[in-house]
Amino acid sequence: MIKSLASFVKLVNKNNVFLEQVRYASQALPQLSSEKYNIHRKDFGRIESSDVDYFRSVLGQDRVLTEESDVLPYNVDWIKNCRGQSKAVLKPKSTEEVSTILKYCNERKLAVCPQGGNTGLVGGSVPVFDEIVISFSLMNKIIDLDDLSGALVCEAGCVLENLDNYVRERGLIMPLDLGAKGTCHIGGNASTNAGGLRLLRYGNLHGSILGVEAVKADGTVIDCLRSLKKDNTGYHLKHLFIGSEGTLGLVTKVAIHCPVLPKSVNLGFFGVKNFENVLKLYKSAKSKLGEILSAFEMADFDSINFTAKNLKLPNPISDYPFYVLVETHGSEETHDGEKLTRFLTNEMESGLILDGTVTSEPAKMQTIWNLRESIAAAGLVGGYVFKYDVSIPLKNYYDLVPILKKRLGDKATKVFGYGHVGDGNIHINVTVPQYTKEVSSMLEPFIFEEVSKLNGSISAEHGIGFRKPKYIHYSKDQSALGLMKDLKQLMDPNGILNPYKVLPDHI
Amino acid sequence: MSRVLVGVKRVIDYAVKIRVKPDKTGVVTDGVKHSMNPFDEIAVEEAVRMKEKKIASEVIAVSCGPAQAQETLRTALAMGADRAIHVEVAGAEYETLQPLHVAKILAKLSKDEKADIVIVGKQAIDDDSNQTAQMTAALLDWPQATFASKVEKSGDGLTVTREIDGGLEVIKTKLPAVVSADLRLNEPRYATLPNIMKAKKKPLKKVSVKDLGVDIAPRIKVLSVEDPPVRQAGSIVPDVDTLVAKLKEGGHV
Repeated sequence: MIKSLASFVKLVNKNNVFLEQVRYASQALPQLSSEKYNIHRKDFGRIESSDVDYFRSVLGQDRVLTEESDVLPYNVDWIKNCRGQSKAVLKPKSTEEVSTILKYCNERKLAVCPQGGNTGLVGGSVPVFDEIVISFSLMNKIIDLDDLSGALVCEAGCVLENLDNYVRERGLIMPLDLGAKGTCHIGGNASTNAGGLRLLRYGNLHGSILGVEAVKADGTVIDCLRSLKKDNTGYHLKHLFIGSEGTLGLVTKVAIHCPVLPKSVNLGFFGVKNFENVLKLYKSAKSKLGEILSAFEMADFDSINFTAKNLKLPNPISDYPFYVLVETHGSEETHDGEKLTRFLTNEMESGLILDGTVTSEPAKMQTIWNLRESIAAAGLVGGYVFKYDVSIPLKNYYDLVPILKKRLGDKATKVFGYGHVGDGNIHINVTVPQYTKEVSSMLEPFIFEEVSKLNGSISAEHGIGFRKPKYIHYSKDQSALGLMKDLKQLMDPNGILNPYKVLPDHI
Repeated sequence: MSRVLVGVKRVIDYAVKIRVKPDKTGVVTDGVKHSMNPFDEIAVEEAVRMKEKKIASEVIAVSCGPAQAQETLRTALAMGADRAIHVEVAGAEYETLQPLHVAKILAKLSKDEKADIVIVGKQAIDDDSNQTAQMTAALLDWPQATFASKVEKSGDGLTVTREIDGGLEVIKTKLPAVVSADLRLNEPRYATLPNIMKAKKKPLKKVSVKDLGVDIAPRIKVLSVEDPPVRQAGSIVPDVDTLVAKLKEGGHV
């Protein structure tokens, strides 16, 4: 009874944003990526019925999908931006099966596209042409958890939220958290070096992933799956698979360090006058909250109000030009409470915080986080959204939003910015009634040139994927790109792993 | 103008996963995050709105429970209640505290405080009793307007829209009266920072059950608390024929 009521209340609160996303995403099919972005198919083999027979002999009937309607969801990304033309989806259950499949594909020069939860934002997780989709959804076993060291070992297809629930019951949490947690896979998180909401506190995946098992293009299994915090033995190969978006190898297992479950959690949501004050508040939060600060997020007026309106979510406070969300993770309620009260009293008096609310009640915190996490999906309602994920030095963090507003004028419905201030990472969304080449050409490469001028990165946490290879040079020097190309050549000489992604054709 | 007494209960937060104690005497509450019963939040919100609309002159929040119930009362104060009464009930006594006891306490306080309206949530999400409002009304011999989804002032009384099976029922009631809040009555506000600060200084009175002269001896005994049965895993069938065959096999068609 208790449970049913709780889920009822949740339903009324419309917490399940991803359900909404799926609904919106299903309304219309996006244009084929190859046509939309004028891409030419590379000289890969084409899948034949003998290939399908072979895959069925390895995986059985049920784990090879070839019906058009079965394959369609794997061809489209959730922001309705990209659509591939894959004819087959393979669902391996073990590293050995992945290895067997890749060995065969490599010999036949059949291109593959690895796919986790398909929540990527740069088209990296869907095929462009007829690449065979390798879905990790059935590789979802938890292998081991050492509750003393906090090392969790699991297969790549485990859903992040399931892992978090699992380790929470054992007094730990996952070191990363992001809006897509209910859908995304840990293998995808590793392959894209996903950032998220608590990177500020728990660091990025290059630090928290202790080990990786991956399969190279030729089927060789690379075993770097140690759960050690310190392991300086030779080249740190695991890092090659973290953030390389499935172009150097397919991640099949990860060992990841889970921090201790905080006993005391507080969440504040504040209204702030201008961006300058957001930065001042960040400085103050860092010094006054110190080691308990676990997230410092900001969203501008349009981010919050557009989201609240489109997804019918409650905004806990009234209208302000900027909103800031501050979360603390600590081990002692009274200690954290005192610190927080001092911070809040000071900054209310100083005027940095105009108004706001603060809570330690899980349900209320969930509602506030839900509003913040839903911003990413809000732009999809009734239109198309251009999404940019960039790192910019803090003093220029918000500069691009007003610049883009001016540049686009009434061609955009909304231009809004939100993101992880603590990490210097801003998400800029431009919503339009529908995708047009005109708006696209006004945004790109303009936005990347601007980011480059500000010494920022054109991809902070979303990756390069399919959408940004031609812009990678704005953030990476020729020397670095040259070495990347050599690595790719060494590890995947036929280029079958996630082609058309990450590296541009001509370096 | 009316004085409103609003009952608030501290319950396990609805976002927390409930665990049954190994000895099956109840659920684990130690070290578990609690918050105000969501339906009581709706009740507080309605009372505060009545005050904002000048229907009510004063809002008094009441909670029965251990010392931590004061946190729940502070939340009510931060939402806009004027003062709070904490009826201390702790330990074993609290474990056997029932709606009848709470109703007696609320009835006594309503008289003492000369309240005109008592508002409570329609039920608490921990024991789902849905009895306190009705029993309080009976003990006071006041009219009751339960499952309210809309409350309006009309003349000397209230016009209340009630959520009933199959639709809505509109009733008129004189004052004093007891109202219980349903889910759609309103959307409770978030306590704002200035109000959270102010709430720390608002009056909170502690009273004991003995002072109120209410007998809270247990009337019922909990024999066993069990987890709901685990749902059996589903299975995927290859085609419609197999599905129909399976349904027939299970006697569903």
